[in-house]
Amino acid sequence: MATVTYIDKSGNVYQAEVEDGVTLMEGAVHSSVPGIDAECGGACVCATCHIYIDEEWQATVGRPNEIESMTLEEVDGIKPSSRLACQIAMSSELDGLVVHVANE
Amino acid sequence: MNNNKKAVIVGGGHAGGNLVIALRKAGFDGHITLVSDEGALPYQRPPLSKSWLNESVTLERLYLKPAAFYDEQRVQVMLNSTVERIQRNDKRLLLADGTALEYDYLVLATGARARPLALPGGEFENLHCLRNLADAERLKAQLHGATHLAVIGGGYIGLEVAASARQLGVKVSVIERESRLLARVASETLSHYYQRQHQARGVDILNRVGVAELKSDAGRLTSVVLDNGVETACDLALVGIGAIPNDELARAAGLQVDNGIVVDHQARTSDPAIFAIGDVSQRPLPVYNRQFRLENISNTLEQAKIVAAVLAEQPLPADEVPWFWSDQYDIKLQIAGLGIDTDVDIVRGDPASDKFSVFRFCGDRLMAVEAVNSPAEFMLGKKWIGAGTAVDRGLIADASVSVRDCAVLHS
Ligand SMILES: Cc1cc2nc3c(=O)[nH]c(=O)nc-3n(C[C@H](O)[C@H](O)[C@H](O)COP(=O)(O)OP(=O)(O)OC[C@H]3O[C@@H](n4cnc5c(N)ncnc54)[C@H](O)[C@@H]3O)c2cc1C
Ligand code: FES
Repeated sequence: MATVTYIDKSGNVYQAEVEDGVTLMEGAVHSSVPGIDAECGGACVCATCHIYIDEEWQATVGRPNEIESMTLEEVDGIKPSSRLACQIAMSSELDGLVVHVANE
Repeated sequence: MNNNKKAVIVGGGHAGGNLVIALRKAGFDGHITLVSDEGALPYQRPPLSKSWLNESVTLERLYLKPAAFYDEQRVQVMLNSTVERIQRNDKRLLLADGTALEYDYLVLATGARARPLALPGGEFENLHCLRNLADAERLKAQLHGATHLAVIGGGYIGLEVAASARQLGVKVSVIERESRLLARVASETLSHYYQRQHQARGVDILNRVGVAELKSDAGRLTSVVLDNGVETACDLALVGIGAIPNDELARAAGLQVDNGIVVDHQARTSDPAIFAIGDVSQRPLPVYNRQFRLENISNTLEQAKIVAAVLAEQPLPADEVPWFWSDQYDIKLQIAGLGIDTDVDIVRGDPASDKFSVFRFCGDRLMAVEAVNSPAEFMLGKKWIGAGTAVDRGLIADASVSVRDCAVLHS
C-alpha cells in the first residue's frame, strides 16, 4: 500500500491509497480523477491514461517499455516525463509519488 | 434542467456501465437506474480471454468503477434483475420478479450472447463458451489442470484463449471452418501471421474443417469428430463462433430490428424515447457511410458519449473511428478502422520481425490499419482514417520512411 497524489489539469489534488501491484491508472479510476478515462482498461492501447511523473520520481518509476514509448510518441502533449498510468504498478518504493494528469 | 427525468438502462455491461459514467460527466442530473441480469457490477470483458485466465486477480480489479461510485453518483443499480418486457404505451418496464419501472428515457444495452454450436445434445460440463464472468470463471477453473483444449472457431476470443492455454502448458487444437484464421475480420497477411505464431508455439491448427459430432462419456465431452472423419480427443473445449445480439426485447416491443436494434446517429431507435447502444445496436457509421453492428469497446464508449450528450442536451461528440486490440502471447495487435470493401492491402515492415502493419485501402481511401507491435502506425492510422487523409502507398510500404511522412499533405 502506498499513497499517490494525482494533480488534475485544473490543479485539483487527489490523494489515493493504492495497493501493491495495482496500477496508477486503477488508483486514479477508483478515485475518479478527471482526465484518466482509461478507455481500454489498461491494455496500453487508448493512451487516455497519460500522466507526467514529477522529476524527482522519474528514476524510481523507471522508463516505459518499447510499446509504451512508441504509443507515447503519437500522443498529444508528450513530454520527457510522460507515462501511461496503466503501465506503472504500485510498490512500496513509490509511496509518496506525485503525478500530473495530462488530459482534461 | 433534467432533474426529474428518469433514465433506465437495461444491461450492465460495457455499454451500460460506460453510459452511467458518461451521463454524469455530461451533466445529466436526473434519475439513473441500471438493471443487469448479472450478479456483478459492470466489469471489463477483454481480460477474460487474455491475462486474467492465467492470473489471480480480484473481481474488484475488473470493475469499470468501484461500488462506491454508484452511490456517490446517485445511480440505482439492480443486479440479478432481468427485464422481460417493454410497455411503450405507458413507458414502463416489467422485470422477471414482477417489479415495474417507469422511464422517460430507456437505453437498451443488452449486448450479445455467444453463438451456440448448431449440433444436438451439445451441453457438457467441459464444453464452454465465453461471454461473461460466469462463463470465464467456469472455464478458468477447468483450464488449470486440463491436458488438451479443443477450440472450435479461430476468431479472436478462441485464439486468445488458445494462447493463454499454451502458456499454462495445455495442449491446444484449433478447429476452423474457413481456410484461414480470423477469416472474416482480418487481412490475409495478419491471418497467416497468427497461424504461424500459434503453430510455432505448438498449437495444432485444423483449417477447412467443421465439427460433425461431439463424443461424450458420462456427461463429459471426450472428443470432437470433424467432418473429414478425423477425431480430436480433448478434456476441455471452447466454442468461439461469434455472437448473436440480444435484441428480442426490442423486437417484442415492435422496435425496428435487423441483426441488432436499428438506431440513428443519436443512437435512437424507432421509438424516440428509446435508445440502443453497444453490441446490440445496428448503427450508422458515418466514417464508412453505412449501417453496422460492431462488437468492440470503442463502440460502447462512443455510443455511451452520444446518448449522454443527447440526454444532457449537449452537442453530439465528433464521429469516431472504431478501434480494437488483441493480446496473444507477447504480440500486441491494435486495429484502427474496419477492413470493409478493401481491395488493396499494403504491408509495412516484415511479419517475420514481429513488427509490421497492414494498411488496408478501398481504392485510394484508407479503411483500416492492422498494427502488430506497431503503436505509431495504429495511432496515426486512426487519425488518418477519421480525417480522410490520403496516404502515399509507395511510401507506406517502405518501413525505412517514418510513418508520419507517409501522409499526403494538401498544400
Ligand atoms: C472474452 C471477450 C473478450 C473481448 N475482448 C475485447 C477486446 O480485446 N477489445 C475490444 O474492443 N472488445 C473486446 N470484446 C468485446 C467487448 O467486450 C464487447 O464489445 C462489449 O462487452 C459490448 O458491451 P455491451 O454492453 O454492448 O454488451 P455486454 O458487455 O455483453 O453487456 C450486456 C449486458 O446486458 C445484460 N442483459 C442482457 N439482456 C438483459 C435483460 N433483458 N435484462 C437485464 N440485463 C440484460 C447481459 O447479461 C450483459 O451483462 C471482448 C468480448 C469478450 C466476451
Ligand atoms: S488505460 Fe488505455 S492505455 Fe492506459
